Parts: sequence; structure tokens; C-alpha cells
Amino acid sequence: MTTAVAARRGPQPVRWLLYGALVALALLHQDGWLADDARLVLGLPVSLLYHALYCVAAALLMAGLVRFAWPRHLVDEAGTAEPPPPSPSGGG
Amino acid sequence: MTFFWVGLYLVALLAIGFASHRFFRGTGEDFFLASRSLGPLVLLMSLVGTHMTAFSILGASGEAYHRGIGIFALMASSSAVVIPAVFLFVGVPLWAAGKRHGYLTQVAYFRDRWGSEALARTLFVVLAVLLVPYLLIGIKGAGLTLFEMSAGRLPTWAGSGLMCAVVLAYVLGGGMRGTAWVNVFQTVIFLALGGATFAVIVSRGGGLGTWMARLGSERPELLTWGGEIRPLELASYLLIPLSAAMFPHLFTHWLTARRAETFRLSIVAYPLCVALVWLPSVLLGVMGRLDVPNLAGPASSGIVVQMIGRYAPGAVGSVLAAGVFAAVMASLDSQALAMGNMFTQDILARMRAGRAPVSERQQVAAGRLFIVAIVLVALLLSELVDRSIFKLGVWCFTGFCGLFPLAVAALYWRRSTAAGALACVVATAGSWAYFLARGWSDPAYSVGGTGLLAVAPVMLLSTAALVLVSFLTAPPEPERLAKFFGRMAP
Repeated sequence: MTTAVAARRGPQPVRWLLYGALVALALLHQDGWLADDARLVLGLPVSLLYHALYCVAAALLMAGLVRFAWPRHLVDEAGTAEPPPPSPSGGG
Repeated sequence: MTFFWVGLYLVALLAIGFASHRFFRGTGEDFFLASRSLGPLVLLMSLVGTHMTAFSILGASGEAYHRGIGIFALMASSSAVVIPAVFLFVGVPLWAAGKRHGYLTQVAYFRDRWGSEALARTLFVVLAVLLVPYLLIGIKGAGLTLFEMSAGRLPTWAGSGLMCAVVLAYVLGGGMRGTAWVNVFQTVIFLALGGATFAVIVSRGGGLGTWMARLGSERPELLTWGGEIRPLELASYLLIPLSAAMFPHLFTHWLTARRAETFRLSIVAYPLCVALVWLPSVLLGVMGRLDVPNLAGPASSGIVVQMIGRYAPGAVGSVLAAGVFAAVMASLDSQALAMGNMFTQDILARMRAGRAPVSERQQVAAGRLFIVAIVLVALLLSELVDRSIFKLGVWCFTGFCGLFPLAVAALYWRRSTAAGALACVVATAGSWAYFLARGWSDPAYSVGGTGLLAVAPVMLLSTAALVLVSFLTAPPEPERLAKFFGRMAP
């Protein structure tokens, strides 16, 4: 990957941090410590609230990934030009 | 009055579908991909509408009715993190390849990526077989919704048939543009009415605090997941949303994006949309257990409609039930269109290679005929299959998960070969059929009784087949690699 491309995809440490956060979020899906906890927090069962907030965290992480890990090199290659007319196979 | 709003809603769908036909350019690319012209909001709404199906409304509430709030963790929060990641790491690169090389279908991409006709045909058959349970979810959901709304007066086959007729009318008339417009309308309707349904039922039952207090005293086990879901099952469900990478209808929706940046809104907003749809569904399911305690097996899939009938009878209930119907219908159209697209481009056109070329109009006509045929087959099967909507969905997604390594290898693994890819597809089909045969009659089936879903071994076997056979066969030719990786990062 060229330096220019790397720069356009965001600073590398930030990208790797975000990839790490994605793995961490996947691991945090296993909320075993709440498995038998029937407490209500903010009117909802605590595990349900945890997973609802988990969705919000996922949205925030995706915002970060879109900002700092966007595959711009692919996008630049696809460009804004009209695609070639499809062949019967659809292949190029 | 019961069916007035549903009828009005169906008329609106037809009107939107036919209005979109005025913009039809008469080409296959326009019919199947809306000329790759959709913007961010339409893409988000159509992706959400396509992916939030009867599974998310009727299936989720029906399963929560039996197993409690843990259903949200099984499918909703796992989808919230995995599916946007699939959009970013699979969807955007596939869109770029589709735009660069002019692909119209998923099968065309994989054929060209590995240069194998055998792979393309096998993949088409496997995708078509795997998609049938997905079609059944929508068709059964529609029949069940109208059955419950009519208090059993309208048989399920009639409701399912009505829904198929309406979907066929606007899909055949409007193609992808009509489908995308209708999906936007459906998504707005079901998000708005879904929220309203939840608010009305909660409020008329005394408020959320009252409902939760009742659950705490009468059915405390539904407020936790430890008694119903084992850790290995929860972990397995994190794999299930990977199936999105290989859904033919999602692939087609990805190709409709105008620019790569069009995906950004979908990637960021998708987790929030998942929560907005699934949270009320799961809560209505567990609340329904208090008022209608004796539903057995698949019958619980109708609990949301029953709750609407109980707490919002008359006109209000009819409007709210139309919202449920909107969600149920939103995916059948895209699935049928995607299959028609692949049949036309990847089977029919290839079979006629060497003979007189098929005109654009003939392609569209053949695609339309295939769409009618596959919907009719699914309609027939919907009356014969008696599994719950949730279980049907999970089995369907398990098969598509087996094909996930194919998408990853196509995009990121240069050493993968056509024989390896074919082995992956065959291993998926074989292992999926094996586990389906073992688990079909047992709703609580898991591998060795451990809680582990069949998705884990199916993915393991398909990955192993892909890797082993790729290494045992000759590396792909440099020209093909240059075409797909030449300007990509290593």
C-alpha cells in the first residue's frame, strides 16, 4: 500500500485501535455476569438494557471506522466513472 | 374495518411500484439495479426494510414469548455489531468490484473472480435452495398476520397468497427501483407504527413499570437469559449475522449504491435501527406471555398481532397491524428480484451462449417469469412447513454463514483457487443438509447437546475445505489476480 493511500485511510494506530475495539466489542457481547440478574435499571431488565446500550456503542464504533478506516483506495479505483456495459456474464 | 387499513396500505404499495415504472429505462441494469443510482437515505431504508423481516417482528416476539429477553442478545445486538462490519469490509469492496467490472449479480462476481463456470452454477443452485426458507419466513408471516387479525376467519394460505400477489405486482412492474421505493415506504411505516404499537400496548397495560412488575412476580425467568440460553449458544449467535455477507438480495442492494460514500449512513445507523425494531418486538413477546399464556411452539409467532387485538381493537388495531404487515412484506420483494436477476444473467444468458443473443427486454421478461415461479413454489411450501419463523430463519442463516468464507477469500485471499471455492460451496451444502436433517424435528437442537449451534461446525468445515483444496491445487493465474488485486493493498 502506498504512503498516500495509507494516509488517506487514516493514521494507522487509530485504525488498529478501532479494529481492536471491534474485537473487544464482539467479546463484550457475552454478558455472562448478567445472565441471572433480574434487576430493573431505567425500567428495563438489566441485561436487556446492557444489550440496547451495546447497540449504541456499536453505532459509535462504526462512526469511528467509517471516519478512520474507510477503504478509500478501493473507492478511488472504482471512481465516479460510468461502469462498463454488462456482458451476459456480468463479468468484466 | 379490520382490513381497511391493510387494504389501503397494499393499494399504496401498488401505486408506488407502478409510479416507479415511469422511470424505467428498459434495460436489465435498470430493472435489476436501478441503474446504480440510489442515495444514502434510500439505501439505508431499503437495507433496513430488506433485512428487518417477519423474522424480526413475528419471529423475535414469538421466540421471546418462550425464552425471554435473551432473544435480543441472540440476534439483535449481535447483528448490531456484525452486520455493519460486513457492510464495511465486504459490502463496500464488493460494490467497488461491481462498479469497476460492471457486475449485475453475486454469481457473476464469483464466476469472474475465480474463472469457473462450475462454481457459478453450483453456487446459484445452493443460493436458490438456501433462499427458500427465507422466502417462507415472509410468506408464512403474512398469512399468520392476516389469520390473527381476522380471528381465524381468513386462512393462512389466503393471506400468504394476497401478499405474494401484491409483491409480484410491484416487483414485476417496478423492478429494483420500485422495490427500493416500496422498501423505503415500508420501513418508515413499520418503524413509526412499530413504535406506536409498543406505546399503545404498554400504556393501556398500565405503563412499562406495571408490565415489568407483573413479569417480575409472575414470570421472572423471562427477565433473564441464564436459565434458557447457554453461553455457547450465545457465542454461536454472534456468527449468525455473518450470513448477511452472502445474501443475494443484500448483494444486489449494495450494487445499487450511487457512490461508496452512500454506504456511510447505513453502516453507522444500522445498529440503532436494529435496536429500534427488536427492542419493542422482544418486550411485546415477553409481555404477551402474561396475557396469552398457553401458546405452544410456532403459534407464538402471532403474539404481537394478538396483543394488538387485545389492547387496540378496532380502527387503531387495524392501523397498527398494517405496520406489522409492512415489516413482514419488506424482504420478499428483494429476495425474489435478486433470484430473478441471477437466473436471467447467470443461467439463462449462459445457456444461450453461442446462439442468438438475448435482448434486454427478453432478459427482463425471463427474469419476471422466474420470479413468479419461485414465489409460487415458496407459497406452496409455506402451507407444508410448520416450523416457527425464528427457527426457519436461523436454519436459513446457518447455510449462508457457511458461504461467508467464500466472500472473504474472494476479497482478501489471493491464493484461493476455483477448486477451493467450489469445495467451500459443496462443504456448506453437505454439512448444512446434514445438520438440518438432524435438527429439523428438534427445536432445541444443538451440536452434541452443548448449546453450540450448527453454524459453528458448518463454517469450520466450509473454511477447512476452502483452505485445504486451495493449497492442494495450482495457484490462480497472475492475470486474474492482477484484475482483482492489481491495485489493491496486499
